[in-house]
Amino acid sequence: MTASPVLDLRNITKRFGDTLANDDVSVSLAKGEVLALLGENGAGKTTLMSILFGHYTPDAGTVHVEGRELPPGKPRAAIRAGVGMVHQHFSLATNLTVLENVMTGTESLLRLRSDTRAARARLDDVSQRFGLVVDPDARVGDLSVGEQQRVEILKALYNDARILILDEPTAVLTNIEAEKLFRILRDMARQGLSLIFISHKLHEVLAAADRIVVLRGGKAVAERRAADTSKEELAELMVGRRVERPRREAATPGETVLEARNVSLSGSKGLSHVNFALRAGETLGIIGVSGNGQTALAHLASGLVRHEEGDLILFGNPVGKASVRAFIEAGVGRIPEDRNAEGAVGDMTIWENAILERIWSPTFSRHGLIDRAAARRFAAEIIKAFDVRGGAPDKRIRLLSGGNMQKLILGRNLHEQTKLLVAAQPTRGLDEGAIASVHTRILDARKKGAGVLLISEDLDEVIQLADRIQAIVKGRLSPPVAADQADARMLGLMMAGDWDKAGHVAGRGTHEI
Amino acid sequence: MMELFDIFASAGLWAAVLRIATPLIFGTLGALLCERVGVLNLGIEGIMTFGAMIGWLTVYQGGDLWLGLLAAAFFGAMFGLLHAVLTVPFGLSQHVAGLGITLFASSLSYYVFRLAVPVASSPPTIEPFRPLQIPFLSDLPFLGTALFNQTAPTYLAIAVALALSYVLFRTPLGLAMRMTGENPHGAEAQGVNPVAVRFGAIIAGSALMGVGGAFLTLSAFNSFFPTMMQGRGWVCIALVVFASWNPGRALLGALLFALFDAYQLRLQTVIGKTVPYQLFLMIPYILSIAALAVMARRARVPQALMQPYRRGER
Repeated sequence: MTASPVLDLRNITKRFGDTLANDDVSVSLAKGEVLALLGENGAGKTTLMSILFGHYTPDAGTVHVEGRELPPGKPRAAIRAGVGMVHQHFSLATNLTVLENVMTGTESLLRLRSDTRAARARLDDVSQRFGLVVDPDARVGDLSVGEQQRVEILKALYNDARILILDEPTAVLTNIEAEKLFRILRDMARQGLSLIFISHKLHEVLAAADRIVVLRGGKAVAERRAADTSKEELAELMVGRRVERPRREAATPGETVLEARNVSLSGSKGLSHVNFALRAGETLGIIGVSGNGQTALAHLASGLVRHEEGDLILFGNPVGKASVRAFIEAGVGRIPEDRNAEGAVGDMTIWENAILERIWSPTFSRHGLIDRAAARRFAAEIIKAFDVRGGAPDKRIRLLSGGNMQKLILGRNLHEQTKLLVAAQPTRGLDEGAIASVHTRILDARKKGAGVLLISEDLDEVIQLADRIQAIVKGRLSPPVAADQADARMLGLMMAGDWDKAGHVAGRGTHEI
Repeated sequence: MMELFDIFASAGLWAAVLRIATPLIFGTLGALLCERVGVLNLGIEGIMTFGAMIGWLTVYQGGDLWLGLLAAAFFGAMFGLLHAVLTVPFGLSQHVAGLGITLFASSLSYYVFRLAVPVASSPPTIEPFRPLQIPFLSDLPFLGTALFNQTAPTYLAIAVALALSYVLFRTPLGLAMRMTGENPHGAEAQGVNPVAVRFGAIIAGSALMGVGGAFLTLSAFNSFFPTMMQGRGWVCIALVVFASWNPGRALLGALLFALFDAYQLRLQTVIGKTVPYQLFLMIPYILSIAALAVMARRARVPQALMQPYRRGER
């Protein structure tokens, strides 16, 4: 590093009980630089940034901003020194306006009147300068997640932040929003701001950062310039061993397990005249920017809602009414889109969560009483078979990491012979190691003859796992293309709704089902 | 049938509305202040009872009427402090802590009252606040009697509502309070101390509740009896929801409830011979529930209401 760093974290150590969250970590940041902090969940990235911002007091080590040492544990001091933090879970008040959120804490509490006029002008100025346009009078709860994040960034910039820290900024964004965000971040760096962003996504640290620091098990294990490294190297550094995502073998499709003919579902995020057919032993990938009807499709395929028009045929029988129980009993397994909201009950134990979907089955209950022994045995089997780390049948499920919770959900669905697996955003928010193991399980299920309906925003994932791909745009589905003939450009066009053009690009890509 | 409408034409009705509304205004504003920073204060019924008792006792012992109000505010604040300690640093269930305070404060008021005043056949009385004569306004025909023939605390209640509205929506302090009630973690990330804000608002809000109770013994009536609160505190809790946590609407809500109440009192004298009076007593509550059902559907509840705040935890 040539110039003196604007930010210097020296020998930070932080211990939580028995775990060493940060072990003698040193990181520095130059003016105008974009630094990525890469690491798996639990590697200590967020802890490190929370220490920098004063949310936690370190056990050892110091934080220097522009040469001056920050007092530990004082967010206010960090703000005053020009550090702004954009939290992963936004710290916004949804019932207040954008302007009110931004203004909070910026004026002396003893002032008899807020100077909203000056604040508005200043907010306007900041948002123009960095291209972060938001209506200052909008209620934050009415904004999209991407816009809310913009408010979060504006809040920091409003406080004269010269160093901006973003904790997993893309975790909640769609791909398009993420790209837009990184353009804005690059632009900020050009204007002299220094940025650190936390991520576990390889492609985005390579695309957006100048320099990458890899954290593993609380230690800074490597530092690379983005230009001098590769996805493979970073993945290995991050996980500590070679990780390879499993490869798909050729499919041997059997009978049709789920077919939709002209299926429609009303509502702003519904479906209109959707056609697809999924056969046993193959994976049908549905790609699209989230919010285009994926949720409705997943709900439809798992029996949560009933279609209003057209025919939905499950294992050869037309679906009459929506019944989750009937679907599960027929052999449908489900990985819900939002595992915390629909997949698991956080404060209940792992064994309770494991049998929740089959609570009526004679295996687990008799005469209205739960057979706890059988349930615990079942949970223990899943934990073992699916390598749910840190899991024990009587542990509350919220104590598991996202990846391990997902493995448990997969396990309870795939344990018995599943004939149709509906996997909605199965790897959202998971790190490399967990992604690879979830992918392996999905491919296994397919190999054993399950039809897999994979709904995902992640192009790489869909290309790797699916045999055929359809795009979902505003509730409509494109005709299928074979995954072997699809490339990122073509899928991009399909996701934009230009599937006629995409089909053209693909040439023979579309084939009849 | 015309008699039912004639009631509205009497200046006495409107004077009664303001009088009945006053303790509700104080109580509702107090509860609203607590809830705006994210803490439900069900201690209100007890705090109002204690305020009524201590205000009365202060005057009975020879204190000035204003000193009585001040005492009620002070002891209200002390109960608020207790509630704040239980709910903010300890993070106990706000429901349980609040109900506990109501039970504690109610029985304590009766105990203190009995210590000071031995059992008597009729409760001893004091000389309450007199209506404030406002030059010119009080002499207006109809309006003078209807609106400008009240005691000083009634005008104070209206002033407090306007002041609270200003503080909440126009000052940095108010913004810090609202932020704390919506997202205390967010408030802290912007340098606001949510613990201090919560303590301050709960203490101030509880002081207002105490004053609301004292109005009953120092202005509306002239004596204290332990059952006199009659659920007014609970009405205030409902009015906060009705008002959508907005002081201006809290004022309107309290006046509306008081109108129902004043109206039913007069209705009893008009047609009370044919219909049991207990039916009329229910009217304000039934109408309140109806109004609440309509209004509360659109209410924007402070997002952190009833959530204890712990630093570093989400």
